[in-house]
Amino acid sequence: MDFMVFQYPMISVQACLDGILLGILFALIAYGMALQWGVMNIINIAQGDLVILGGYIAYFMYLYGIHPAWGVIVAPVIMYFVGIAIYKLVINKVVDRDLFISILATFGISILFMQLMNFAFGADVVLANSDYGTTMLFNNNVVLPNSKIFSAFISILFAICLVIYMKKSKLGRAIRATAQNARAAKILGVDTEKVYAATFGINAALCGVAGALISITFTIHPYMGLPYTIRSFMIVIVAGLGNLPGVAMSGMGLGVFEEFADYILGTEFRIGSVFLLLVLILIYRRFKLSRKREYLK
Amino acid sequence: MRLNKIILSFVSALVILFSTSVASFAKVVGDKIILGAAISLTGKYSSNGVHTQNGYNMAVDRINSMGGVKVGGKTYKFDIIYYDDESNPKRAAQLAERLISQDGVEFMLGPYSSGLTKAIAPVTEKYGVPMVEANGASRSLFTKGYKYLFAVLAPANLYLDVAIDLAVEKNNGKGVTVAMAFEQDAFSQDVRLGVLDAIKRTGSKKVIDDKLPKELNDMAATLVKVKQMKPDVLVVSGHTKGALTAIRQISEMKVDVPMLAMTHCDAAKLSKQHGKNSQYALCASQWHKTLTYKDDFFKDGMTYDADFTKEFGYAPPYQAAESSAALLVFKDAFERANSFDQKKVRDALAATNMQTFYGNIKFAPGGQNVDKPMVLFQVMCDDAGKCENKVVAPTKWASAKLIHPIPSWSKR
Repeated sequence: MDFMVFQYPMISVQACLDGILLGILFALIAYGMALQWGVMNIINIAQGDLVILGGYIAYFMYLYGIHPAWGVIVAPVIMYFVGIAIYKLVINKVVDRDLFISILATFGISILFMQLMNFAFGADVVLANSDYGTTMLFNNNVVLPNSKIFSAFISILFAICLVIYMKKSKLGRAIRATAQNARAAKILGVDTEKVYAATFGINAALCGVAGALISITFTIHPYMGLPYTIRSFMIVIVAGLGNLPGVAMSGMGLGVFEEFADYILGTEFRIGSVFLLLVLILIYRRFKLSRKREYLK
Repeated sequence: MRLNKIILSFVSALVILFSTSVASFAKVVGDKIILGAAISLTGKYSSNGVHTQNGYNMAVDRINSMGGVKVGGKTYKFDIIYYDDESNPKRAAQLAERLISQDGVEFMLGPYSSGLTKAIAPVTEKYGVPMVEANGASRSLFTKGYKYLFAVLAPANLYLDVAIDLAVEKNNGKGVTVAMAFEQDAFSQDVRLGVLDAIKRTGSKKVIDDKLPKELNDMAATLVKVKQMKPDVLVVSGHTKGALTAIRQISEMKVDVPMLAMTHCDAAKLSKQHGKNSQYALCASQWHKTLTYKDDFFKDGMTYDADFTKEFGYAPPYQAAESSAALLVFKDAFERANSFDQKKVRDALAATNMQTFYGNIKFAPGGQNVDKPMVLFQVMCDDAGKCENKVVAPTKWASAKLIHPIPSWSKR
């Protein structure tokens, strides 16, 4: 254990800011997961792989001399159609089935995507350079790469746009109606099949945006998707479905938690600490629920 | 009756098929010496797996076109049976079994990576099949008492200790402070042990000792600590993702450190992916084209580099060069043994003492090559942003002078 983070206050500030910026990006991915989980009752294990695929779109734009930041516009468009295609081919067959079946199906999609990306793009670790420079704060003691600030800004922008879209547009209202009660929505004339396809497409598009941002901020690799799936799952579990402010807060909290775990326990326990937190939260929730049940009795 | 006939003909067809397939893959068929190799052609090691295969193929073509292997007054040509191990150790071990017990292969070439070599070595050892490997550097491979394993490359613990020696030399022989960040796999941990030995030997001090996870893509916490502690040397080993992540975040966070040493720079195509940001990084390498070793087949490093580039369309990373060297070692051993008896070939391999374009090769009793030091190159860029790797240590092969300390980011 290393408590350097508490000995030097500036390191704490750095960890908090890094965590918040990172958490906002996680929250965007988790929001997509929460949306389709809420509407379709599907836990998408391939969430992280969709993110990485979005990252490759930005990376290829960068390879062909286009600034990778444009990826945040191009990747979601392409990924939307990828999402629709996955829905038509696989998800629509499992959407009304048991949750376990959908987990198995998306797990299969995840493995397929990993192998296909590896086959198509190679096994090399790649990244897209944005050359955005660095912001120095507090007399150069806190350093924030502008790519991280850009990522957080774009994530917030997309989240706001999506909230407005869900509230104002016809499709948004149909999605919300289906999430509340699919059967009633169907009786009242909502084409739930279309709503499901669009929801999966929107989720894939959000993953596309996040992937493009990750290729600018970190690195991408065909087998790097799973940690993003786990983080999204964790955020959604904490925040609950259909609770955007909750997802945002939970995302940022997770980001800060990860950063501090990194400093205190070491980088090797970073993902492990997320798992531990997930287990603790599930135990706490169960405990709370059982008390509530007792009270009701 | 009719059914019996059908069953009988089906069984006989199977028997014929099986016997012909075994016969066609026996160890030496006609004028062919058949070697077996499980290589990662898919999965996470597929890039380096392909480099390994290209290295093997290049050497097979070259040796065959230059007269082949002479054993017992007869000339033989090399041929290799490849299987894809999918970057999976269990699969690699199964394929080694299959190559030996089904295909009848009696001589093996190594796979890519220490992990997969570790999986295959017990199998080749069990069957007494000599294996020359070129891509498993983990020290633990050479401490198990394997008799049939021979590695043409230097062991992992020698990768970065040269960097510590170099930093001490620049510090007028006084010990230095070292920050370390190593992934938790067998290879990187062996590199770490080598660095720890060097720290002890030179009276240096370790100030940060971080372990990096397999799914690494953010090492900001380590770098913030480096900024705070201001060590003399930062050593990073985490395969290609470690090298890429370190350079990206060091440049973004403007971390100033007098010396930065790492592994896997050329596999990560550092200078291509990061351009000038990778400048001054010191990289451990098994081989560099400017080294002056020579042999009759590939002449020297520069010629190998040119020939390989012409054939495969990219400059050879050291993984390809060492794989080619493995074939040269096999050829030499077959000719000295003057036999295809596995025991005799094994003894001939153990007595190898030769020079190849890749370096000198002489095996210790554990199987590792003890006659070839590692080299360190430094990424150096011109004003136009074109970067090149130049050897700076050991001094015998240095083609450029080490730039030390690394200029601070504010002055770049």
